[in-house]
Amino acid sequence: MPTEHATIGQNLRKVDGVRLVTGSPAFTDDIHLPGMLYGKILPSPHAHARIRRIDTRKAKALAGVHAVLTYKDVPRVAHTTAGQAWPEPSPYDTYLLDSKVRFVGDRVAAVAAESRVIAEEALRLIEVDYEVLPAVLDMEQAMAAGAPVIHDESDARNIYDASHNIAGYILREIGDVEEGFREAHYLFEREFRTQRQQHCSLEPHISICWLDGDGRLVVRSSTQVPFHCRRQVAQILQLPVSRVHVIKPRIGGGFGGKQEMLLEDICGALALATRKPVKIEFTREEEFYMARSRHPQILWMKMGVKRDGTIVASDLKVLATTGAYGSHATTVQGNTGSKVLPLYRAPHMRFECHVVYTNEPVAGAFRGYGCPQGFFAQETLMDEIAHQLGIDPIELRRKNAIRLGDLDRLSAQLGEGREGLPRVVRSCGLPECLERGAAAIGWQLKRKRRLDLHDHVKRGMGMACSMQGSGIAGIDWASAFLKMNEDGSFCLQVGASDVGAGADTVLSQIAAETLGVTLDKIVITSGDTDITPFDVGAYASSTTIISGGAVKKAAEKVRTQVLTLASRMLDAPVECLSCADNRIAAPGKSISMTDLALHALYQEKVQIMDGASHFNTDSPPPFCATFAEVEVDTQSGRVRVLHLATAVDLGVAINPMQAEGQVEGAVTQGLGFALTEELLLDRDGRPVNPNFLDYKIFTTTDMPKLTTILVETEEPLGPYGAKSVSEVPINGVAPAIANAIFHAVGVRLRKLPIRPEDVLRALCEQQEAIVGQTGSLRRVVNPPTPRVTL
Amino acid sequence: MKTMELHLTVNGQPTTWTIAPGDLLLDVLRREGYFGVKRGCEKGECGACTVLVNGKPVNSCLLFAAHVEGEKLLTIEGVGHGDTLDPLQEAFLDHGSVQCGFCSGGMILSAKSLLDRRLNPSEAEVRDALAGHYCRCTGYRKPVEAVLDVARRRKPEIIPEEAA
Repeated sequence: MPTEHATIGQNLRKVDGVRLVTGSPAFTDDIHLPGMLYGKILPSPHAHARIRRIDTRKAKALAGVHAVLTYKDVPRVAHTTAGQAWPEPSPYDTYLLDSKVRFVGDRVAAVAAESRVIAEEALRLIEVDYEVLPAVLDMEQAMAAGAPVIHDESDARNIYDASHNIAGYILREIGDVEEGFREAHYLFEREFRTQRQQHCSLEPHISICWLDGDGRLVVRSSTQVPFHCRRQVAQILQLPVSRVHVIKPRIGGGFGGKQEMLLEDICGALALATRKPVKIEFTREEEFYMARSRHPQILWMKMGVKRDGTIVASDLKVLATTGAYGSHATTVQGNTGSKVLPLYRAPHMRFECHVVYTNEPVAGAFRGYGCPQGFFAQETLMDEIAHQLGIDPIELRRKNAIRLGDLDRLSAQLGEGREGLPRVVRSCGLPECLERGAAAIGWQLKRKRRLDLHDHVKRGMGMACSMQGSGIAGIDWASAFLKMNEDGSFCLQVGASDVGAGADTVLSQIAAETLGVTLDKIVITSGDTDITPFDVGAYASSTTIISGGAVKKAAEKVRTQVLTLASRMLDAPVECLSCADNRIAAPGKSISMTDLALHALYQEKVQIMDGASHFNTDSPPPFCATFAEVEVDTQSGRVRVLHLATAVDLGVAINPMQAEGQVEGAVTQGLGFALTEELLLDRDGRPVNPNFLDYKIFTTTDMPKLTTILVETEEPLGPYGAKSVSEVPINGVAPAIANAIFHAVGVRLRKLPIRPEDVLRALCEQQEAIVGQTGSLRRVVNPPTPRVTL
Repeated sequence: MKTMELHLTVNGQPTTWTIAPGDLLLDVLRREGYFGVKRGCEKGECGACTVLVNGKPVNSCLLFAAHVEGEKLLTIEGVGHGDTLDPLQEAFLDHGSVQCGFCSGGMILSAKSLLDRRLNPSEAEVRDALAGHYCRCTGYRKPVEAVLDVARRRKPEIIPEEAA
């Protein structure tokens, strides 16, 4: 797309880049505070237990210990840790500290001491007498009659059915699905399973809290949601919001894990108790099971299609576990329906979902927010349909995919934990994504003729489509403020939270473009609840479109002030003026922004400044086509991804280089989701692999070749035509790989992650089926090339 | 508590620190204000705490500070030259290789160690050199490209070791 912009669409360096590559202090932990104490949480060793007796006297007596808190010492306020707009759609089922623990890792007590060693010693000195309760460690057992009730407390609120461990339930239907199935020529129905994936932000959760000179609680924290966090901390600690100040420094990755008020409340409580600065940071091990993870799901998907591949009806049933607390329970699972099913224009759609409690680590927001699970089911099933009907998988998508001008009626029914708003597709680059992605990976050639290296190493190619949103329609909103300085630069204050994805840069680019100044003239401050105006925070792929929309509006207002003054100074009508390259020009004459700023401040005695708020009543979907080429070793079951090509319709790319980085980071997490990552629990609910050696994420040497294609469209609702990019590319990776495995060796893998043993088992079962059909009883251990139609 | 004196060179500056015998190098460095050294796992798995000891990358979370007595340490803070960035730092910025930046310092140090040893590393060698660095943001393509770009662009005479 040709660009007439000076700053938009340019591969500019990150505005915080120099600070980051030089190791300058930037992150939450990069400060020293005199007298700072080290906070530590005592995690529950049991999946489900009541605290009969807890004795902290020995811990308190230890030299260097300043505070020990149990449920007896803190206010009991039911809340959710989900960092969502008020009133949060997640159940209020969590307490600062409680007399009952509901998963291994749940908070039992907290200490603040002069060193980490002393804090750890103090935890060992806390004597707890637990009444161990039967636990629910299998989501399929959670709703069973007689299952232990996890939330039996009377003061929890907004739980769908606590007595049956159901945190949330959703049922929505468009048209009449059963009628649709009767109209269909073929029905396809399959079960899929997805696992507990952890965010693995390189910076674990950390908060540092202290009381400032006025006794206000300062919370310096690694958070995606400073404003929600302020509101929640105030609610839990029973302080006025005005007495809490949240500061978000640079963040070492969030991916949804930090869309959560996770440590700020307990850290704040310790700071209030000790009147000293207190730091709590999770160790990597704690991060794995005491922070959040992706909701594991079992999905049953049924689709009815006509002979020509037209989808008539699709029906998705989901059982998901939110773990011990319902953080993001209904909203993540709602997305599994509302962002997945409408990708195809079936006249009949139904989505039904139970989100249950189990005594397992708590799930929460995670990049994709329910979509990676849903698209794994839908796109794998689509591949099966294509195969059975003899239609090219790309053609099947083209035929059925939502297109420009379409109205997505499901999202009207299914919003953020309540009714939503109808979604209209105002920009759609999916056809181009399919075309360019297919070309990049060599689809036409390689789908027909596989280039197998050895007899036992087979190659295959698969693909998947997906979409997402750009902000939560009607709920997400943001504001921005701009003021002009003497040198013609502008201070930009935004509540938006750059968590490493580059929001500060992209928002600065939008301001610079609108004001006609170079990027170095924008000085951005973000995510400080005392200094910057409100923003819901960094989630739901909302920052570029919503916060960016606020910045553009604020900049337009300031631009008007600049032009009005320039009109007087240049003696030219406003309509004839233009801003570019730090100057305001009229035909034949111009002045610099600096001269204008000096004139405004010292002659006119006026501060050029303005702010604006912004929200959308729609959530424009970005689209994505993912193509994977894999190699399957039929002797070991090992799957190696050779090439992953991702084409994303993101609207206009404000900073293409950074947008590519978002795509590549997303697909890399998608590779782990597809093949290696799973937080495992033992039969007592204890984490088995809470470290990077046993929980495998991809490194440089594991990576396939990555091809990233930005397909630009013009989104009318986005600033300069932008939509979103950070989430959508994660969705298609697992199904594209599963489909490529099928293409390579003819077996369907419907459970994630796809481990070598799963592939091998599937190959053996397939071989046994073949052998069974031919009447032989010979068990084939090392299967030859399978060629079988399932 | 028992303490000892540790003498070493940090980023070219002779330095003496008072440490406890059991102090880990990561903790001492951060205590002394070298915040570019990151705490990511404390188990030698993620590489965020990487520093160069005599030019070789090590995980400072696995090393007792006392082990580096008399050694030359380079942290990310010492990679640039005053206000001038190292070519690797420039390339990381220009290639979009930095997202959250938590792992960038360690990656740049390991890359620097490689480029100081190898004149013209292959992509496989670069990937191998960075394999100990977990990055959850970038997908590694852009960091690897940045390192290869620096290798391609630099003049041969600045790497005497390789020639020998």
